[in-house]
Amino acid sequence: MGITFRKETFRDDYTFRNSPEHIRRFPFPFNEDAYMYAVNIEPHVVGPKGSVLENLIDVDEHYVAEMQDRALVLAEDPLRCQSLPHMTLAGWDLLELLMEQQALGYPEHFTLERNGDRWRWINRPLGIDDTFTFGDTSTLPYGPMEYITRQSQGDFCILDQRDGNLWMDAGMVTTQADWSLDFDIGMNFFEWHAPVPLAHEKGIFTRALKFLTNIQQGKPARRLNWTMTINPRLDTSPENYHKWGPDRATVTPENVGDKVHLRVELQSFWRLPRSNGIVFPIRCYLIKMDELVTQPKWARRLHRVIRDLPEELATYKGLTRYRPTLVEWLSKLDDGSPTSPGFGPD
Amino acid sequence: MAAKTIISRPIYGTLSPQPGKHHLFIADAEGALAIIDMAGKAPPGFFDGTEIVFIPGPEGKHIAALEALKPAQLHIAPSFASLLPRLKQTLTNAHMGLRLYLSGTEGLIGQAMQVALEAGMDHTSMQTEHRGSLARRMQCVHCKGITENVTTQPALCAHCGLLLLVRDHYSRRLAAFQGVCINAEDRSEVPPMEEAFP
Repeated sequence: MGITFRKETFRDDYTFRNSPEHIRRFPFPFNEDAYMYAVNIEPHVVGPKGSVLENLIDVDEHYVAEMQDRALVLAEDPLRCQSLPHMTLAGWDLLELLMEQQALGYPEHFTLERNGDRWRWINRPLGIDDTFTFGDTSTLPYGPMEYITRQSQGDFCILDQRDGNLWMDAGMVTTQADWSLDFDIGMNFFEWHAPVPLAHEKGIFTRALKFLTNIQQGKPARRLNWTMTINPRLDTSPENYHKWGPDRATVTPENVGDKVHLRVELQSFWRLPRSNGIVFPIRCYLIKMDELVTQPKWARRLHRVIRDLPEELATYKGLTRYRPTLVEWLSKLDDGSPTSPGFGPD
Repeated sequence: MAAKTIISRPIYGTLSPQPGKHHLFIADAEGALAIIDMAGKAPPGFFDGTEIVFIPGPEGKHIAALEALKPAQLHIAPSFASLLPRLKQTLTNAHMGLRLYLSGTEGLIGQAMQVALEAGMDHTSMQTEHRGSLARRMQCVHCKGITENVTTQPALCAHCGLLLLVRDHYSRRLAAFQGVCINAEDRSEVPPMEEAFP
């Protein structure tokens, strides 16, 4: 049985919702009642059936709507997808990876047929059936990275590895948590993370870089990151901050449950075989408070995490303006009883 | 000297004579003083293989002092924009082993470095020294327009008119600091504009 893709929007009337099954599979990012940065990287291996880790590249009920939203963002601002000239080979690597993984995990929706360099790609949810020559850009309607990432959920950064560092030299970034590919393209690992508070001093990035530059082919890794977003808006880019920023001032005790969303990024890291680059998919999951608190453990834990978050982190994540309203609302769902270990709901 | 803040923000040093036969200096305004100070440490004959490109700016000072160094070539340019075609040509035709020295305002250093990077030079092989104004070159993240010589915090975008926080986050590729709307969440909040980069 295939996925039933929802018809929904991430802008204007914001009809995005999670089905009850998708609420249960939400990648809740807190395994204890407090949060601080850590190098929380682990092997990206297949997880339990029914979780977002059931397949290494997850496709869910929001797939079609997310791809439609991406197309709208790119039409408005083509600079969200850029690739420096030396990154085309890495783009083909990524195309292969995403076609293989999506066809493997969801054969009812995606099919990849290979006959030497002649490939046929069938994407049934989006109505695509293309035959092309692998490695020949003129046989695709877009460059290889753009072609496949218009058909894959999440943002994608392709990092070139040289001089013991990683360089942000290509990407498709339309669902980002407030950073600009157009500004950061060409930067190294430390430079593009420069604005993040506290983590540099803790040596987080030095250790993370060491780990990432040693990633081997066939052994991907992953970590979770999180922030919060008002309304289920995928495009929270700095480019459009003056358009979505005012939403943060609209949170009231009455609308917290509907407007405030936990935004979780499942970040994974894969060595690419031909280019020796690293691809870094950033898969975004949204859940509104009303949906999240249907799981009492998550409600209690989120209350404690947000309440006790260090001020610098709250500022960096943009929570300042509505944090008191959110904490007050969540506090009514926290009876003070202990939470069970681990991420999952009870 | 601008204070070090975050990792993407450029750190400038002090010009020092590098080994080699071919040297190119690009400087504006008080950047000339960095060259003159360095000249005292240069070996005999250093300036025989040296070209100095200088943008004096409105005050028009330091030209005679640079002439006194007797460089192989001294080129005076009225602005960076006017210098650009010549600079691209020079760097494209440069010998391997050309040494590049950039001194003066951050805007000058950044833009000259941008041209040199495009010509295939590595940024770590360039000598830089900041002198003079702290004024910043800023890209508006919203409309992508570049505003030159930003001295205030916050600053108005010269293109779209949004009031921008001038961040320390810096792109060598764009040779610019990032400007992000400072009152996006509530446009009625207008923080006072202060002279932050004199």
